[in-house]
Amino acid sequence: MAEAASIIQAEGIGIRFGSRSIFNDVSFEVRRGEIFVILGGSGCGKSTLLKILIGLLPPTSGRALVLGEELARLRGQKRRDALARIGVMWQQGALLGSLNLMQNVALPMEQHTQLPPAARDALARAKLGLVGLGDAATRLPAEISGGMLKRAGIARAMALDPEILFLDEPSAGLDPITSAGLDALIMTLSRETGTTFVVVTHELQSILAIGDRCIMLDKEAGGMIATGKPKELRDHSDNPTVRAFFRREVMRA
Amino acid sequence: MVLRPPATLDLPAAAALWRPMLGAVAERRVTIDASGVTKLDSAGAVLLLEAAGGSELRPPQDAKAAATLERMRLALAAAPPPKPALQPHWVSRIGMAVLNGIGGLGRRVSFLGEVTLGTLAMLARPWRMRRVEVLRHLAEAGTAAFGLCALLGTLFGVILAFQSSIPMRQYGAEIFIPNLVGISLLRELGGLMAAIILAGRSGSAYAAELATMKVNDEIDALATMGVDPLAWLVLPRILATILVMPVLALVVTLSGLVGMGFVMATLGYPPPAVLSQLRQYLQVGDMVGGLFKAACFGLAIGLIGCRSGLKAGGGPRAVGDAATGAVVASIVATVVLDGIFAVLFFRLGW
Repeated sequence: MAEAASIIQAEGIGIRFGSRSIFNDVSFEVRRGEIFVILGGSGCGKSTLLKILIGLLPPTSGRALVLGEELARLRGQKRRDALARIGVMWQQGALLGSLNLMQNVALPMEQHTQLPPAARDALARAKLGLVGLGDAATRLPAEISGGMLKRAGIARAMALDPEILFLDEPSAGLDPITSAGLDALIMTLSRETGTTFVVVTHELQSILAIGDRCIMLDKEAGGMIATGKPKELRDHSDNPTVRAFFRREVMRA
Repeated sequence: MVLRPPATLDLPAAAALWRPMLGAVAERRVTIDASGVTKLDSAGAVLLLEAAGGSELRPPQDAKAAATLERMRLALAAAPPPKPALQPHWVSRIGMAVLNGIGGLGRRVSFLGEVTLGTLAMLARPWRMRRVEVLRHLAEAGTAAFGLCALLGTLFGVILAFQSSIPMRQYGAEIFIPNLVGISLLRELGGLMAAIILAGRSGSAYAAELATMKVNDEIDALATMGVDPLAWLVLPRILATILVMPVLALVVTLSGLVGMGFVMATLGYPPPAVLSQLRQYLQVGDMVGGLFKAACFGLAIGLIGCRSGLKAGGGPRAVGDAATGAVVASIVATVVLDGIFAVLFFRLGW
């Protein structure tokens, strides 16, 4: 079977804050329709790489092409159009506390479409129904659990049927059952909608459950140390850090 | 009648067709024939489903579009339109408001009781008071506010003197401007101005700081470590506001008198004449009464600021709500207290 076209290209990305280098020379491709995982230990720069990909942070070196564009360099209408084609779910959901779930999900529609209010509400309800929150549409973010917040965050990220969904630590802080439910939701959405997922996580179970391909960043190495299918990395990697990560071993100095 | 949507029914097409299509199905019974739709996204699917309502809907023949329609049908079925919130009867609303008011009053009195008990416990063992914290709050609420108090006090004195000079000039009574401005500042306005400054600067800061600690579970963490949050966080702040308020009131009053002296100089009255008027008219009791009131305002502002922070709810709005509530309640409490003191002092013949 022919490989799907690449939808994201990271070419030699490096980032430093002042004299502190976070990572260097990170290169990879994400193919259309796959679930791509960026993994690594705490502090290795996973979320920083995500911010570079979605254009919130310009890299110090290299470039990140998402849907053929460098989002960090786009301005005005071109930037708004490009942002309408991606969705981002933040680690804590990042829902606006003063709006209920339906209003949160309808917010991108209000900004990017000409849909009338009734249409926005109906579509927002449908998106909440897709993530299993159909009966919580009028609840405020402060009134729901952490797992529900993440689901609502996914519903908002999916508001405009984006081509790529970026998820930052979707399983972090969740119990194993809720976390497994979220993994199942991501796989269902990927299968049914064909959306490309880029997932930042360090949760081993999630990586193995949902990841089609992955890259691993390492703080000590200051960059990418492995790329491939998660199960292959777990079973066949020669890199001691990768092996230790997948086998939950303590690295010896 | 049969409605046939275009082959591409994506978000822009759905936005354009939403009103005409729903308008058409509202007027007459129609059949929606979506068999020719080949490109369907979630917005298009929701439009078809909303328009179909009780009408017949022929699904797309394209497998992908049909799957999208089915997925969104299930999603909408799982998310029924929210029921409008029932508004309680106006009698019930009044009753709830009264009950809330009584409950709120009870909680305020309870907090005051806790602070009083905490203060008594602290007086019994004064070494447990965190002197470093008290000094920090004295510096933040007091020293850092001196410049602002001096500036606003001076301007206030200038404004008061100028405004009162206009009617008093008509009667040749300009020499009595120091009496008017002096008694106003000493007995009322110095303390009030300082209270408003303290409420805006420190009352809101206390509320925001404590609310942030509450949201981050720091208050619970202190309690589980056996540290009394009242003694650790509240009493140093309240002590600081009580101590600092008379000083700030004095700074505002003296600055106001300087401003008034400047205006009097421009009207041709030298400083010795102004000082002589002030000495003749003002008494030490005026100043003592004003400073006593200021200390009471400080107590109220400290209490309100700390309580607003400690009772903050969850969510991102909690901190802002606590700070806003603290400033508004502090200013209202200050004015109410001032009114009570005015009646009390009048009855006492002070």
